[in-house]
Amino acid sequence: MPAKTYVQTTINGEHVDFLCEPRQSLLECLRDVIGLTGSKEGCNDGNCGACTVVLDGRIVTSCLVLGVEVEGREITTIEGVACGSTLHPVQTAFLENAALQCGICTPGFIVASKVLLEQNPDPTEHEIRFWLANNLCRCTGYDKIVRAVQDAAVKMREAEV
Amino acid sequence: MTTTEYDPNVVLSTKEYDVIGTRPLRPDGADKVTGRAQYGADFTATGLLHGKVLRSPHAHARIRSIDTSKAEAAPGVLAVVTNADLPKGGEDVVGGEGVAVGDLRRNVLAADKALYKGHAVAAVAAASPHDAEEALSLIEVDYEVLSPVLTVQEAMADGAPILHEDMRTMAGGEAGDEPSNVAEHFRHDLGDVEKGFAESDIVIEREFDTATVHQGYIEPQVATALWNTDGRVHVWCSTQGSFWVRDEVSNVLGIPESLIKVTPMEIGGGFGGKIPSYVEPVCAMLSQKTGQPVKIVMTRQEVFEGTGPTPGSNVRVKVGADAQGNIKAAHAYLAYEAGAFKGSPVAAGSQCVFAAYAAPNQAIDGYDVVVNKPKTQAYRAPGATNAAFAMETVVSEIAEKLGIDPVDIRLKNAAREGTRRADGPTFPRIGCEEVLQAMRDHPHYSAPLEGPNRGRGISIGYWFNVGFKSTCTISVNHDGAVSLIEGSTDIGGSRASVAMQAAEVLGIRAEDVRPTVADTDSVGYTDVTGGSRVAYATGWAAHDAAQDVKRQMIERASQIWDIDAASIEMEKGVIRSTTDSELRMTFKELAAELASTGGTIIGSGSIDGGGMGAGGGSFAGNIVDVEVDPDTGKVTVLRFTCVQDAGKAIHPSYVEGQMQGGSVQGIGWGLNEEYFMRGNGEMANSSLLDYRMPTSLDLPMIDTVIVEVPSPSHPFGVRGVGEANIVPPPAAIAHAIHNATGVWMEKLPMNPGAVMEAVWSK
Repeated sequence: MPAKTYVQTTINGEHVDFLCEPRQSLLECLRDVIGLTGSKEGCNDGNCGACTVVLDGRIVTSCLVLGVEVEGREITTIEGVACGSTLHPVQTAFLENAALQCGICTPGFIVASKVLLEQNPDPTEHEIRFWLANNLCRCTGYDKIVRAVQDAAVKMREAEV
Repeated sequence: MTTTEYDPNVVLSTKEYDVIGTRPLRPDGADKVTGRAQYGADFTATGLLHGKVLRSPHAHARIRSIDTSKAEAAPGVLAVVTNADLPKGGEDVVGGEGVAVGDLRRNVLAADKALYKGHAVAAVAAASPHDAEEALSLIEVDYEVLSPVLTVQEAMADGAPILHEDMRTMAGGEAGDEPSNVAEHFRHDLGDVEKGFAESDIVIEREFDTATVHQGYIEPQVATALWNTDGRVHVWCSTQGSFWVRDEVSNVLGIPESLIKVTPMEIGGGFGGKIPSYVEPVCAMLSQKTGQPVKIVMTRQEVFEGTGPTPGSNVRVKVGADAQGNIKAAHAYLAYEAGAFKGSPVAAGSQCVFAAYAAPNQAIDGYDVVVNKPKTQAYRAPGATNAAFAMETVVSEIAEKLGIDPVDIRLKNAAREGTRRADGPTFPRIGCEEVLQAMRDHPHYSAPLEGPNRGRGISIGYWFNVGFKSTCTISVNHDGAVSLIEGSTDIGGSRASVAMQAAEVLGIRAEDVRPTVADTDSVGYTDVTGGSRVAYATGWAAHDAAQDVKRQMIERASQIWDIDAASIEMEKGVIRSTTDSELRMTFKELAAELASTGGTIIGSGSIDGGGMGAGGGSFAGNIVDVEVDPDTGKVTVLRFTCVQDAGKAIHPSYVEGQMQGGSVQGIGWGLNEEYFMRGNGEMANSSLLDYRMPTSLDLPMIDTVIVEVPSPSHPFGVRGVGEANIVPPPAAIAHAIHNATGVWMEKLPMNPGAVMEAVWSK
């Protein structure tokens, strides 16, 4: 077994340290080493978006980042989207708009949508579709997902006022 | 289009209820938006080992020998298994799922032959998945490589390489004399098809080819199994049917089903592809050898190469009509890929091909053909989409040639109650005409479509739905809420629709019914989540369980009030005496009394909802606008409307979700998706980058109209809605492409290359 590397990072606002093999992806470290299984593996080659997390403010597919690369960096996963027992407006909008069926892609969509609305509080339908094009959903046909993001955008803008 | 002048999601409701038809939040929602829901890959156990599967690099090869000794000695490796470790005997026994035990075993782990690239050959259990993966390269397999056959045409050609030396074509109950790749040929006849063609003023015949496509669920197959020291096997997996997994593991391993417990984890999509078992029995074998729980998670490449796609096909349809557009005769020839083992959905395709039409003379020839691809599996209305692409295209061409509106010609010939299908059944009350009328009345159908290279198309599709068996128990809690136990794994929100049917009967809020999907030891036998059957059959079982609770609640009230139960009624959650207005309790008040008046009430329901065609099935229709790029052939979907008969929509949001999801899978099937095969039988595009499923950017909003023609057999009139929606899109898009370019597409997918080829050869 290859020697393990000691990694110190910040996940969902908390200091986290862990040991990982050089060959382990961030996704594998999150799920199997740290125990945060909310990020999902659908393809392990960056094409489905189910493992989307925020790394230093940018969304990445965590299957394409190595665990050793996150030393000293900040990560937000689906487990860090809600504030305590209060859901984020994007999470509430996904529930209220029935924007999930099987739910396996949902964590990735919610993480990606949250970052979209932080950067662009009033996106057009095309901007939402473009931003979410790296997240595959096979159940919904995306209609209710796009509507959920539109709904969350309205609610978040109203909350700002 | 961000604002619309019409309602994009319409429900044409025919009967109102208190709970049914509302849109409560789903009971499992909080877990699924926070990442807490436990899917198969999230499961772990003390001492967990990880398995990996060695797969054949050849599409067709004889396996001369397998040497696992080096792998067994590799670091971290605890066990290796091959087909030789499986029990022998009972190979010809056909399990409850209609698959011979021998085929099941040979698909789970190849025996004397590898029959597709990706066919499992051996499996390793090790301390880590990486150790297991590295050990796979140490397994030495001696293959004699054979020529593969990859399409039905190749497989049916004279002198084709034979997959199974002992396979003979079954036709009319008789086996053929020679080895063949055609497992079965069947024929359905109605009336006199030749006479019908002779009476026709117009006859159109076309031949179509459709590519192999995958269900494309985002969660790969995954299972963990523990073969315990007491001989009991516990499986945790992602499946559409925990009881079917139990049966298959029992058959493959040759142990009684009572020794097996299957716990269904949350499931990340299935669409038919997670009905069969692949890694479940292999995990159990590895666990038996190691004494530890063993988990196998497939990679995406394994999903494409090792699990059931749905068949490519060769379909010919010939239709004759008189000058007024009355269809006089229809003949279909359907040859479907079964994959490596017999059992394609050609039987289902032939039941659906003419189902929307009351044609007096019909003939349907079906061929089930083995090819060197993974064993095909169900995919949302399995077999019907291939057939509808052919039939609907020919009907649209006849309408155009006769100058008749394409919806009108379908209405003129629409199947209705009493129409007999060539394959035997006579339709009960169905909603074919109502769906067509809703299409004709939809603002999309009459909206102007301006601009060059644009066209509008329509089509209709049918799926018969299945009933099958479901059970449900409901126990009443002291606070007036109830716990509901069911066995149907919830892929698309079915916990909500099952719970709502119980709530309707009990007169309580949907939120006061807490549904749980239980393991096979904790609930009665329940068939798969498939065939559009959960809202129908498990909902029916929940209705019956709630009726049982209601009956017992009335009995309890009769005991408390000391009056005759016949004089007590329970309606809208209130139990009251019909003779004494003083005697009245809410469901909640009586629930609080249960503990002190004899104990908790538990109701149960166990139903057999019938076989195929239960409830009459469901029709779906599409209106689609496309734009075809004249330089590249790329087709853009501009606007899409799906109309479907739900019978009764329990939770309209999840019905719309089924319609939208099925439509988009149909769009992907129509425009992009295919197994791109190299000549040696290798899939060239086994990743989600190259197997191009639709993304959010490829699509417009998917507008919906829910039609409600109540099913005559279900207590609330429910028809399943999971499948018919995937049937019409490819044909509707082909019709739209025709109206944009003038060509009739005869091949799926209608990707840019195929469209340009058709345009150039016009």
